[in-house]
Amino acid sequence: MSKESKKKLTPVQLEYHHFIKSRQPERPVWKNCIIAFLVGGSICLIGQLISTFYIHMFGFDKESAGDPTVATLIFISVLLTGLGVYDHIAQRAGAGTIIPVTGFANAMASAAIEHRSEGFVLGVGGNMFKLAGSVIVFGVFAAFVIAIIKVLLKTLLGGA
Amino acid sequence: MIQGRTWVFDQVPYIKSSAAVGGPFEAKGPLADDFDILHEDIWLGQDSFEKAEKVLMENACEYAIKKAGISKESIQFFLAGDLMNQVISSNFTARKLAVPYLGLFGACSTSMESLALGSLIVNSGFASHVLVATSSHNAAAEKQYRYPTEYGSQKPPTAQWTVTGAGAAVLSQEKTPEGIRVAAATIGRVVDMGISDPFNMGAAMAPAAVDTIEAHFRDLDLDENAYDLILTGDLGKIGHRIAADLLEKHGLKLSPDKFDDCGLMIYHESQPIQAGASGCACSACVTYGHVLNRMRKGELKKVMVVATGALLSPISYQQKESIPCIAHAVVLEKREGEE
Repeated sequence: MSKESKKKLTPVQLEYHHFIKSRQPERPVWKNCIIAFLVGGSICLIGQLISTFYIHMFGFDKESAGDPTVATLIFISVLLTGLGVYDHIAQRAGAGTIIPVTGFANAMASAAIEHRSEGFVLGVGGNMFKLAGSVIVFGVFAAFVIAIIKVLLKTLLGGA
Repeated sequence: MIQGRTWVFDQVPYIKSSAAVGGPFEAKGPLADDFDILHEDIWLGQDSFEKAEKVLMENACEYAIKKAGISKESIQFFLAGDLMNQVISSNFTARKLAVPYLGLFGACSTSMESLALGSLIVNSGFASHVLVATSSHNAAAEKQYRYPTEYGSQKPPTAQWTVTGAGAAVLSQEKTPEGIRVAAATIGRVVDMGISDPFNMGAAMAPAAVDTIEAHFRDLDLDENAYDLILTGDLGKIGHRIAADLLEKHGLKLSPDKFDDCGLMIYHESQPIQAGASGCACSACVTYGHVLNRMRKGELKKVMVVATGALLSPISYQQKESIPCIAHAVVLEKREGEE
């Protein structure tokens, strides 16, 4: 809990927060980090293997092999989501399965499956980006800001 | 008769029959034998989780009526609630039953809220048969309160697993051979200890349970041996421990074999439930299935069930509101010499 919200608590509430502190398990942050690192790394390793496979078997070069590699990983992730396996892996892997592109695919596919019962337009279409939407919004916005900074720096340094 | 905030029911109501319905996950739990119907598919043959939950409640109600040996028309009032927005599972079950209906919401405390109110109606003589029911569905609750069921989020160790199931009971003015009746009910007040983490319901709800238990013991001037078993609704591992410690701190030491939590009974510890079970159906299934069965066998004579509810909405916690909680207690008693 943040310091700011703690300030609003009454003395009785604060006493209770103190009382329960030793009585509840903390999130195992370090363990989660290590597992996330290993699982996330393994997904990237698989991606690398797929990429190498495309380069050697289908004559892609290093850059153009990226697209089919991502598509393959997304396909696997969506398939595992549809089979109901992905969430079980993610309970152990945590950020390891959320951060790579597989997590993004899972966020979209899971929302689409979940809201299928409300129809294609209001259900699937309207809810597909419920979780993934903020990744797109803030991803695009961050890219925009970084691009402006890059252009500004280039103009300033280039003009000097 | 009222003492403080406790209703003491003098003669009636008797619990004429009860039914508990569960899903596949509950079927793997230690209380599987106490369920009347166990479904092997979480969809129950429906095309949405919400519809599946409705079927769970319909099943429980139909089964309870059938076991009571009365016709549907003899039910004079139907009191029910669930976790869905606008309590749809109960509304749609009431549509099918077509009897006078009162929809309730007390989150997971609805099981005992409906039992307490139903008992009040029967005790007052305004009805001779009342049906009470509650339900919850794991996937439907996840969908409404948290993330899509297949979304890969990592739940913290304080999270709880919503029970897929429904429980129903028929309350009656007629004496039953089993002699199990509702003896008292204590109505809870909202307690908010400033917990705002929706993945830590146990810690949020424990003070509400403690408040109601203490009020009950104070109102009726009881000591710690008054009940064979005191059950909280769905506090889970963390909440149960906090509640036990808080009660002890306040001078009411309940022995561990007489104080348990429905959320710790319905599943095996090896099932992936984190801190325990939760949901309206948690206390309803355990009470209307397991506890009443044990009372029928004579293993328990006097039991108090304290159903706890977290009165939050997905919007309220996103707006950083803390979680207001409530607990309602109902005393079930098997009268001596009425075997």
